[in-house]
Amino acid sequence: MTNDGCGAPEQSAVLPAGVDLAKEIVLGGKVTADGAPVGGAFVRLLDASGEFTAEVVSSPDGDFRFFAAPGQWTVRALHRSGNGETRVTAESPGLHPVAVTVG
Amino acid sequence: MSREDVLVTAEWAEENLDAPGVVFVEVDEDTSAYDGGHIPGAVKIDWKTELQDPVRRDFVDRAGFEKLLSAKGIANDDRVILYGGNNNWFAAYAYWYFRLYGHGNVQLLDGGRKKWELDGRPLSTDAVTREETSYSAKEQDASIRAFRDEVVEAINNKNLVDVRSPDEFAGKLLAPAHLPQEQAQRAGHIPSAINVPWSKAANEDGTFKSDEELRELYKEAGIDESKSTIAYCRIGERSSHTWFALHELLGYSDVKNYDGSWTEYGSLVGVPVEIGPGAK
Repeated sequence: MTNDGCGAPEQSAVLPAGVDLAKEIVLGGKVTADGAPVGGAFVRLLDASGEFTAEVVSSPDGDFRFFAAPGQWTVRALHRSGNGETRVTAESPGLHPVAVTVG
Repeated sequence: MSREDVLVTAEWAEENLDAPGVVFVEVDEDTSAYDGGHIPGAVKIDWKTELQDPVRRDFVDRAGFEKLLSAKGIANDDRVILYGGNNNWFAAYAYWYFRLYGHGNVQLLDGGRKKWELDGRPLSTDAVTREETSYSAKEQDASIRAFRDEVVEAINNKNLVDVRSPDEFAGKLLAPAHLPQEQAQRAGHIPSAINVPWSKAANEDGTFKSDEELRELYKEAGIDESKSTIAYCRIGERSSHTWFALHELLGYSDVKNYDGSWTEYGSLVGVPVEIGPGAK
């Protein structure tokens, strides 16, 4: 994928082909407000010190996903209706579910 | 050069959507965002299919750039306002590129699409057509683009600023955390490089930090202002963002963007590579 940019790919609940959950730590989930999915939120992955690591835009169904190194993470969502964040600890490969509420 | 010469605010942009001689251009790798709603009147440039050579690893040449801008309806004396998603990475890349080919009157929309959306400003799905122009570009300005040999020579001699995330710098990840990690090249960073992630230059809403904050940031990180500087990342768009901060906002005199970046350097045979958090 050398010639592809670093831009965030389109987000969905389905993992892209070729992702090995036995090897990669995946943080994934939905952004919601009052129980309804929020698409178009800016979802930021912050490391244990609060430093920015990556950002994606949630899908129309509110989905987002990050591929992370082991550690403690904060997933923070920004939306014109409000902001919210959730902390997660991921030490081993696999899918680590994260839910973020905004508003 | 001052901040007002190179950046416009979202307020200014909204007030000048119909101003004569002003062209808004959305630049992204994934242009589906544009198709779902763009700043009214803005044309789009696809970073991947329109700015990159389809065969070789390089971007379009001078004639290709002339053809592209002519087709988009951008004239040599137009004031071009660039914006995009991903905190303006691709817009900053395009800005560097417009400068490289000698377009004088070009600015970034501070905060890009993100600030615009968070502010709840208007988006339009109307098709935009502009009359074709006959754009003429200059020769590439080599003073703002670094190539690999120059980067190897810069080790321990110039400021090398690696703007990737700390885990990419340390060699724990090969791409940003929103991308899968299968890559061909070795992980790590160029010896003597300092790690100042591009994101430290931006606020949460995507706008650039103040000149004072930026100056402090790079001083603290150990940039020697008396030396030349080369910025790099994985493929050169995040480092365009930092190039913009250093060269356009802070006015450092000799700053180059290494668009080959880690995907080139990390694949070179025989060059030194350092892993770990670096000397800080």
